[in-house]
Amino acid sequence: MAKAVAGVLAQFDHIDGACDAIRELKAGGQKDLTVYTAAANHEIEAAIGDPVSPVRLFTLIGGLTGCAAGFGMTIWMSLDWPVLVGGKPIAPIPPYVVLGFELTILIGALSTVVGLVVLAMMQAPRGRPYSPRFSDDRIGIFVPCGADRAPSVEALFRQHGSVEVTRDA
Amino acid sequence: MAVIAHDPSLPTQTHAEVTRDVIKTITDKPTTGYYILAGSMALLTLVLFGTLGALLKYGLGLAGYAPPIMWSIYITTFVFWIGIGHAGTLISAILFLFRSPWRTAVYRSTEAMTVFAVMTAALFPIIHIGRQWLFYWLIPYPNQRFLWPNFKSPLMWDVFAVSTYLTVSSTFLMIGLVPDVAAIRDHVSGWRKKLYAALSLGWTGADSQWRHYSRAYLYLAALCTPLVLSVHSVVSWDFAMSIVPGWHGTIFAPYFVAGAIYSGIGMVLTLVIPLRKVLKLDHMITEYHFDNLAKLTLFTGSILFYAYGMEYFIAWYSGSTFEQTTFWRRAFGPNWWAGWSMIICNAFVSQLLWFPKIRKNITSLFVISIFINIGMWFERYVIFVGSLANDYIPYAWGQINPTWADWCILAGSFGWFGLWFTLFYKNFPIVAIQEVKEMIPMPRRKAHGGAH
Repeated sequence: MAKAVAGVLAQFDHIDGACDAIRELKAGGQKDLTVYTAAANHEIEAAIGDPVSPVRLFTLIGGLTGCAAGFGMTIWMSLDWPVLVGGKPIAPIPPYVVLGFELTILIGALSTVVGLVVLAMMQAPRGRPYSPRFSDDRIGIFVPCGADRAPSVEALFRQHGSVEVTRDA
Repeated sequence: MAVIAHDPSLPTQTHAEVTRDVIKTITDKPTTGYYILAGSMALLTLVLFGTLGALLKYGLGLAGYAPPIMWSIYITTFVFWIGIGHAGTLISAILFLFRSPWRTAVYRSTEAMTVFAVMTAALFPIIHIGRQWLFYWLIPYPNQRFLWPNFKSPLMWDVFAVSTYLTVSSTFLMIGLVPDVAAIRDHVSGWRKKLYAALSLGWTGADSQWRHYSRAYLYLAALCTPLVLSVHSVVSWDFAMSIVPGWHGTIFAPYFVAGAIYSGIGMVLTLVIPLRKVLKLDHMITEYHFDNLAKLTLFTGSILFYAYGMEYFIAWYSGSTFEQTTFWRRAFGPNWWAGWSMIICNAFVSQLLWFPKIRKNITSLFVISIFINIGMWFERYVIFVGSLANDYIPYAWGQINPTWADWCILAGSFGWFGLWFTLFYKNFPIVAIQEVKEMIPMPRRKAHGGAH
């Protein structure tokens, strides 16, 4: 079990209030915060301002590996046991495009999932408080901070309309 | 006073209502009807595996395999089930890329249908090969003599296409389920909480998770899009790459893809129309969604209409006696009833959907969907069995004699598919909770002028 992180957790009913709070925290130099939502939300994404996920690199590398594996496997196996049929080339490219394509998709998709799992695990919000309301209808914002900063963070959340603010020691 | 019409693509519920209504479909005690349905499906599945056991013991002689028709009911049913899967991927992946708002309410049920349909289809090549216990010979593994499969054969392309399709569509379904399973975990108790906690893989909906999830989902959808178009093209090349009259046509790939999507939407309608009543989801899956599904049916049905006409035209225009004979016998030969069932159920019945009154009537849509299911099975029957029955030499012509083993496997396949689907809709959210919520504008403190 991960060690509990101290900080302030706020719950919001309104998207604009939550976004304003995130923007103000970011403007104040708060880099480490966790925002919980029940669904992906572009306004929240824009307020957080994180760069695009590197999961696309996994997709690209997986897809290219699959393509190379598809062509490589078929050509190598044809040449490994050459059977001449109807005077046609031993390792023709057109029929192997199908296998190259299928393996591009297969390995590309599987490596995308691997990328998602690896990246999500690396950046998992361990030890941070969570409420079941976040998978329902509320937005949660957790700011890790010590007891000295907590009152100002609580005030900021209340100012932006947080419906519930709790301090986690 | 100005009246602002509600956008029919937007759900009318709040976030909390969506969670409550969908979770209720899982936590409500199953009715007697549910047990009867699941029991019947389990019984049919037993018929499937019982017959498969008999085929394993006595061989394919039990089925109606006789020259020249060595690809009959099993291959017909294989292509039928593969086709069913295509509508699911179209709705879940292709319409996702097009940002089509009406897909959200129906995509989960169609994606589940895809996975179970492909699981059903994948049984058939294995049943068909005869020595089922040697099916792994299809996979290129380093065997004792380093013999490799023939990758020039469309049958090998099919092995790769279908197994890729099954893997990727299952992955797509499971990834989509994770945030919804987490929502269920947070709102149930007891053994269910433990089960869904394990299946949610630690999902909390944190921004770091959504950041990677949204991108990964987008790329999976982007990969599924060409995949779904390729799979039925590859299936069509199983036939089109040969020189059998009625099979050897360049139109086959788009013709098969359109037919697959058409048949899949037929099955979506057959499943979702009763399901929304049983699960009391009428307010989430509305007439608006069915109207869009009906328009998609009309579009793909019209492509089929064109393809049927074009096949007959090209047979005549080619001047090839063999092609002409094949198509003449499709309409007026011994299997005329199958040929006309295909044309009436697919080409003509779909044209009824031009009329908004029919398109917007749920009962008529359900009846049309049954015609589509029957018509699309017959389409494959006519193409495969009909063409093999009339090859080049009249001396070798023959007719199919299906046996009890053929019919039991066909009926059993519906049980196997139905059992998985029945278990799924009672244990997992049949409407995508998080995607529906994404459509609902969140409440604001201040008036919001701009678009979401």
